[in-house]
Amino acid sequence: MATTLPSGSSQGPSEGSAAVADTPILDAEGIRRALTRIAHEILERNQGPEKVILVGLRRRGVPLAGRLAALIQQFEGVDVPVGQLDITMYRDDLGLRGTQPEMHPTSMPHDVTERSVVLVDDVLYTGRTIRAALDAVLDYGRPRQIQLAVLVDRGHRELPIRPDYIGKNVPTARHEEIAVRLEETDGRDEVVLVRREERIEQDGREGDER
Amino acid sequence: MRRKDVLDLDDFSAEELTEVLDSAVSMKEVLARPIKRVPPLRGKTIVNCFYEASTRTRVSFELAAKNLSADVVNITASGSSVEKGETLVDTARTLQALGADMVIIRHPHSGAPYLVARELDACVINAGDGWHAHPTQGLLDLFTVREKLGSLDGKKIVIVGDVLHSRVARSDIWGFTTLGAQVVLCGPPTLMPPGIETAIAEGLRRKGGNGGNGATKEHAAVRVQYDLDKAVEDADVVMALRIQKERQDAGLFPSLREYSRLYCLTRARIARAKFGALVMHPGPMNEGIEIAPDVAYGVQSVIEEQVTNGVAVRMALMYLLAGGRSDLAV
Repeated sequence: MATTLPSGSSQGPSEGSAAVADTPILDAEGIRRALTRIAHEILERNQGPEKVILVGLRRRGVPLAGRLAALIQQFEGVDVPVGQLDITMYRDDLGLRGTQPEMHPTSMPHDVTERSVVLVDDVLYTGRTIRAALDAVLDYGRPRQIQLAVLVDRGHRELPIRPDYIGKNVPTARHEEIAVRLEETDGRDEVVLVRREERIEQDGREGDER
Repeated sequence: MRRKDVLDLDDFSAEELTEVLDSAVSMKEVLARPIKRVPPLRGKTIVNCFYEASTRTRVSFELAAKNLSADVVNITASGSSVEKGETLVDTARTLQALGADMVIIRHPHSGAPYLVARELDACVINAGDGWHAHPTQGLLDLFTVREKLGSLDGKKIVIVGDVLHSRVARSDIWGFTTLGAQVVLCGPPTLMPPGIETAIAEGLRRKGGNGGNGATKEHAAVRVQYDLDKAVEDADVVMALRIQKERQDAGLFPSLREYSRLYCLTRARIARAKFGALVMHPGPMNEGIEIAPDVAYGVQSVIEEQVTNGVAVRMALMYLLAGGRSDLAV
């Protein structure tokens, strides 16, 4: 998950000169439709909103979880609890980096026991963030199920993790980047594919999701 | 945070202090969970080395380390090789050879943690040295005030009591002034370090380069006021220090009764401070001497929260230090 990088920026093409070209993946309408479908799928899969808790992963999973909750409220008239999770302390690369990554607040508004926890993130890449998130959620109790919703699945998993709800599958090369920008964090809604050659090495080192 | 040791707050910039306090917010959330344990220090060994009696600080460090999944070993002076005459440096080297990644040290002599820090590659945290410094207490006091009042900038903090012998006061002064608060020290002249105002102003000026707010407000950063009734006027925070009875034998004040008449935090005195001002005490308290029981357990008191916050702040510090270690070579 790109959003756990300490920089917290979108790392869009404007920041580096090495960007060759951006390919649009989803525009604002596309994001809205994908989330609408995912909201319906979550309701279908869990037989309604009663047992569902949405948990957004810092940073861009948080607004996405909020939007899904708003859609579910629109469809069913029920407010599902929305939490936010910062997985920093569960990372598997702590101590391998120079300084410790910055931490952000976590909030879990509801007991997870016997509930279906839906983790929400922007991009699914190596799966390491999700592994950390699974550990974090299990520290709060024993959910009946943990499901995963992502806006973009870009492949290259390094762990046996698969999403339950996918906005869009985007086959990528490792040196490419998926930049998800959201109104709440970046001022506009869009998903673009960024090609950036010198990212290859960095990706391996950070083991982070892009 | 890029440092190996935390020995005092005199070398902390405002940014570093804020980084620790922000991380402590996340750590406090961990303490509110049903399972108060997170994994970032898995596999690290932390040695608690206490050469002086302590309950809250030692237990607080131990819990903080355990909450971060570190392994903790406790040593006290009695029952260790210290009794056989082993020197501090030898003890420290032994601990390192045994695989300690971090050493927490409390020592009756000022400066002892500096000696240990110089000898070791492991991180060293000062848990109180003589009269000199108690940085984690300073940080937890900053955290408590910031949490309650939102910010420290421009706040008036009154510290009452035996400032001369207080390591807590010294670390608090550095912390509060660096984050832009104004500190008023109050106590009998015999228990006030001479020249402290200029010493702090000088220190803040030297620190100035790293953007501490204290640098711009240094002229008023610390004031000494001997009359408590005047000192507490308009205060946002009033903190009593522990008065040690042995100071009376040293002739520094005539009697505990007189001390308490002049410097005890009573309800009447607290009423002169700002409405809702915080009452703090680093503990252990002498109720009825430096603080009245109805104030210590009153609605304005955050003394118990200070203790809880201590665990969160120490977790934050350990977490941040463990990351700083690998780039020592830089």
